[in-house]
Amino acid sequence: MRLRILYFARMRERFGVGEESLAFDGATVADLLEVLRARGGVWAEELAPGRSFRVALNQHLVTPDVPLTDAAEVAIFPPVTGG
Amino acid sequence: MNIRVQTEVFDLGTEVEALRAGRLDVGAVASFVGYARDINDGSDVTAMTLEHYPGMTEKALVTLADEAAVRWSLIDVSIVHRVGRLLPGDPIVLVAVASRHRGDAFAACEYLMDALKTRAPFWKKEETPTGERWVDARESDAAAASRWEAKPQG
Repeated sequence: MRLRILYFARMRERFGVGEESLAFDGATVADLLEVLRARGGVWAEELAPGRSFRVALNQHLVTPDVPLTDAAEVAIFPPVTGG
Repeated sequence: MNIRVQTEVFDLGTEVEALRAGRLDVGAVASFVGYARDINDGSDVTAMTLEHYPGMTEKALVTLADEAAVRWSLIDVSIVHRVGRLLPGDPIVLVAVASRHRGDAFAACEYLMDALKTRAPFWKKEETPTGERWVDARESDAAAASRWEAKPQG
């Protein structure tokens, strides 16, 4: 499947990318996070287990066990700080 | 329901009048306005920039307003949140709730702000004399939001 992945705020700045299109063979959000962590460097650091971040699938917050679907929009971002 | 994300400044009086317009059943309006401060975590803050997730932000705010309308007896809700660069003293966010009686308006207004703080995709970056920094989420905001989960309806 192919995913559109968006990054926001601190993660966008640290990764140096706001958006990418990724060919993905896994099944869930957790699998995707493993693929991204395997890039090493800031990816492994920011997405390390225990680090605080959120994942949205098609613009709704989800947990790591949620399955991904082709052409999904996945967003990864730090805990929100609006208001 | 009036949900807006905008760079422009807003006016509390104008928003409240729009909420009440033509509605003589409104007996109460409770509102909250959040402002940019000139100090945070012990540092001077000279400006801040608010970023958001266009598309998800509006959906998240509509969801919060829907949740509040299920929990309390409301007539209408207005949520306005600014993005872009703001200076100390600038208004950031407005929540206004119209209902027949004050109890519903007060509770829903507080709920909406607590929920917005933890679930609406906005991020603040502050400018300080020593450089820029992303604001970290606060434990106290998570605690404020979670107390509504345990609370029975109303």
